[in-house]
Amino acid sequence: MPYGPHTPADRARMLATIGIDSVDELFADIPERLRATPLALAEPEPELALAARLEALSRRNQVDLASFLGAGVYRHYSPAAIDQLLLRGEWYTAYTPYQPEISQGTLQSIYEYQSLIAELVGLDVVSASHYDGAAATAEAALMACRATRRERVLVSRAVHRHYRETTATYFLGGGLAVEEIPLVADGPDAGTTDLAALERLLADPDRPVAGVIAGQPNFLGLLEPMAEIGRLAHAAGALFVAVVEPVSLAVLEPPGVYGADIAAGEGQPLGIPAQYGGPYLGILAATDSLVRQVPGRLVGLTTDLDGKRAFVMTLRAREQDIRREKAASNICTNQALLALAASIYLATLGPHGLRDVAALGAVRAAELEAALAEVGVRRLHSGPYLNEFAVRVPDAAAVHRRLIDRGILAGLVLAEAEPDDPSLTDALLVCATEVTTADDIARFADALSAVLRGRPPIAVEAGAGALVGESGGAVPELSR
Amino acid sequence: MVPTDLRYTKDHEWVRLEGTEATVGITEYAANQLGDIVFVELPEVGRTLEQGAVFGVVESVKAVSDLFAPVSGSVVEANAALADKPELVNSEPLGAGWMVRVTVADKAELDGLLDAAAYDALISEG
Amino acid sequence: MSVTGNRLEPTIFERSSPGRGGGKIPHAPRNALERIPAAQRRTQPPALPELNEPEVVRHYVNLSQLNYAVDTGFYPLGSCTMKWNPKLNEWAARLPGFAGLHPLAPDATAQGTLELLWELEAALVEISGMAAVSLQPAAGAQGELTGILMIRAYHRSRGDMDRTDVLVPDSSHGTNPATATMAGFRTVTIPSAADGGIDLEAFQAALGPRTAAVMITNPSTLGLFETRIGQLLEAVHGVGALAYMDGANLNAILGRFKPGEAGFDVMHFNVHKTFSTPHGGGGPGAGPVGVGPALVPFLPAPRVVRGDDGGFRLERSGERPSSIGRMRSFVGNTGVLVRAYAYILAHGGAGLREVSDDAVLAANYLRVRLAGTFDQPFGDRACKHEFVASAASIKKATGVRTLDIAKRLIDYGYHPPTIYFPLIVEEGMLIEPTETEPIETLDAFADALIAIATEARETPELVLEAPHDTPVRRLDEAAAARQPNLRWRAMAGAETPCPD
Repeated sequence: MPYGPHTPADRARMLATIGIDSVDELFADIPERLRATPLALAEPEPELALAARLEALSRRNQVDLASFLGAGVYRHYSPAAIDQLLLRGEWYTAYTPYQPEISQGTLQSIYEYQSLIAELVGLDVVSASHYDGAAATAEAALMACRATRRERVLVSRAVHRHYRETTATYFLGGGLAVEEIPLVADGPDAGTTDLAALERLLADPDRPVAGVIAGQPNFLGLLEPMAEIGRLAHAAGALFVAVVEPVSLAVLEPPGVYGADIAAGEGQPLGIPAQYGGPYLGILAATDSLVRQVPGRLVGLTTDLDGKRAFVMTLRAREQDIRREKAASNICTNQALLALAASIYLATLGPHGLRDVAALGAVRAAELEAALAEVGVRRLHSGPYLNEFAVRVPDAAAVHRRLIDRGILAGLVLAEAEPDDPSLTDALLVCATEVTTADDIARFADALSAVLRGRPPIAVEAGAGALVGESGGAVPELSR
Repeated sequence: MVPTDLRYTKDHEWVRLEGTEATVGITEYAANQLGDIVFVELPEVGRTLEQGAVFGVVESVKAVSDLFAPVSGSVVEANAALADKPELVNSEPLGAGWMVRVTVADKAELDGLLDAAAYDALISEG
Repeated sequence: MSVTGNRLEPTIFERSSPGRGGGKIPHAPRNALERIPAAQRRTQPPALPELNEPEVVRHYVNLSQLNYAVDTGFYPLGSCTMKWNPKLNEWAARLPGFAGLHPLAPDATAQGTLELLWELEAALVEISGMAAVSLQPAAGAQGELTGILMIRAYHRSRGDMDRTDVLVPDSSHGTNPATATMAGFRTVTIPSAADGGIDLEAFQAALGPRTAAVMITNPSTLGLFETRIGQLLEAVHGVGALAYMDGANLNAILGRFKPGEAGFDVMHFNVHKTFSTPHGGGGPGAGPVGVGPALVPFLPAPRVVRGDDGGFRLERSGERPSSIGRMRSFVGNTGVLVRAYAYILAHGGAGLREVSDDAVLAANYLRVRLAGTFDQPFGDRACKHEFVASAASIKKATGVRTLDIAKRLIDYGYHPPTIYFPLIVEEGMLIEPTETEPIETLDAFADALIAIATEARETPELVLEAPHDTPVRRLDEAAAARQPNLRWRAMAGAETPCPD
């Protein structure tokens, strides 16, 4: 065993102390007919060979493309200090802080995380972390049902599809219903939550609504009329759940200000690598009056016997290890290390740094919009966006594939993400962040132009913003 | 010896009858067993309690326990002081730590509860 | 000497000074947000702290030193399997090709990770004897929910709508009954027999046409192999119910018992308990779920599939309509799974079996060493990877409780074992040494516990007031819960001044 300590003499001494001849005797209570067939796995691999194998596997992923892909997971610059601090064994090899006297580091870091996120979202109670944005949204929906004792939740179709699907799965057991609010089809508000439809859905007196869920920015990158949605929800006695992207909260109005009762979201943008789906950070926050409905761990400030300030897990009787079948949720393991990463990220950047990240993303995205327009590729919607937007591209899936060959990851093919929405058939969802360079944008526009015209790319000087292509012209047919 | 003017349940609630109104709480023994009580969840005024059914929850730092109604009846008051001072249940379980007052539907239900001697016997068994 | 650093640290907010920091991100132009409608913009910047890099680093390094961790010492926390977290795994998960891959990257650009996930699934299938595995659940508890929702879907697919009950032993983890409730079932608690196993008679009495599933942890949370498991599983299947295995204790039985071969229909793995992914102060984990043939159609989506050309891809949306759906976003906690994969390859089949052999050997060694000092609630019976010792006799004789003994262990330099779990053992300590502790550590730990038992008789106040040498002493948990202070505010700072 590669990490084992026992010499043959150690083993012999342990067996002798126990009073047995072979370790097999310790497994004698497994009924004979139920004993395992031999493990048909490879031979143990020494670290040298294993390291080489892992590195080779990792190289089979293609991560050097100029990427405009966001759709819920965003590339950001993560200051070097973050990962160096995360690599301290005192952080990542500690368990849940059940012994507060020797876990003050973890406990204080969680309290600080709760406080930092509370500042961003403008709500007072922040859970110590959930699995990801989708699970946090599902838990928020369940919270709304518990708090209102109602069984129906409305979720905007412009909330990330994975979050809607996860909520539906979490609702399977409880006899709870989740229904979708359609989006405005055209005009200046196209792509945002349809307020008239929401009003109609809320009006059914026989089926009162527990919660209304909408995202800011929404999945299509657009800004939603959150205050309006909240007003409609509250008028019907429902809670309002905002699905948030934390970096945007440096510059966008926070949920606590526009009237959300609960905020849920994906904390990955706060310095956490994409790593093909996780581990990420589920953010879940609520107003003070909902504190007992919040699932998962909470850390509070208290004192020790000598009156010294200290931190401890609190309100624990809500949780599964004590309340068992009456617990609000079954969550146990959470994403503590990622909450720590997010805290270090926020502390390192500070309020001004975080604003710069959000604002630079907005600047780069506007540059991207202009560059794509110059080659005839236009936005699908006209409402305001922060750093992500949809563009109309004929035969988007094929174009997307061909751009990969040119070193460009051209965002998300919306028809693949939302196959049942005809308005998204020929569209890509693209984003820019502070790590997007002018050169990336120029290469993307150039390659897109070339693919759409079926001719080879024209070389563009690094950093140059000027692009070939007719401005304002109709989108040319894709030639194959 | 526990007070003799009260009736008790096997689940460690006490009930004091005055006219048609009964006051309900948990016993000192129960409060000690639970330890530091940090939260009490009580029913709204007007709710109808059913003898033997759960009417609330009491939480200590590391335990949680249901509250069972010793008598049926309608809630006329829940002890609002416990929201800010749940520790009253520890310090004065039979006094300021009371939980609900109910209008009793059927006084005869109290006959089925334990008297002080029987409750004493129950808790001394451990 | 303290087992952790003992210098308390001000909060990050108290270390802040307006105007500090910067230098990480270029400044955005002033008009960067002009195109965002004013009504949608934030008027007050968030009150985040302002620190320069050295201050941030010192804050988090100092805080880290207040933690006990596997990297700093012995962590015999029963039911949690605090095993060694190999350093290679941290390196591997950070390789740019793994760490930088977007979860919606086209399959063609993700072949390395997809192959890794495919191979990890195959390894877990082999280890568990199950027919297939989903890597999606984010943690063990989410794996449980996945499994029970699949069982629900299975019964419903057969038109069997009346199964309302999930049977759970009284020794189970709290996640089991909490999961049953989340999945819409009623929990029926089954008592344990005197030998620590499930009471067969009570079990059979509770089983019936309303039973949807039975959740069994094997070895149990007492560290005992469920010797009647064959009969239990036959009884479960006899009434048309399905058997769920909580895989929390898989570290005891690698290569010795495959749940799928024995007849379990579904199980979850806690990769942080069995396959060495770090606990991270509470998470992240990953909770892959293995299923028998009957449940394969219901596995969550998307799964990794292999094409005829040998390439790998993710299932498309709606490709497998019988799936229970998604448990979370994207494919799973892939970064955690990379670590589990590296651990399994480092060990191979022989190494994994040796892991369990050594974990069980170490637990039994400690059990025997402590037998004369602490009560053995289940007699001389061999344990698996963990065992319960009880301080009931010590408490009766001295008034010193298990909690006090646990706190005193901290003064001796150890993380305490799990205490008062499972609830069915009076004054219980659940001790799990894992497979990587040398005999010197095991001996020193046993000596410490024996010395504390002597202290309990001779100088009980020393134990009752422990720990003595930690950055903070026992905490006022009641005050924390009665008037919760869950976020920093200037007010709290004024009331409780910074310790330094």
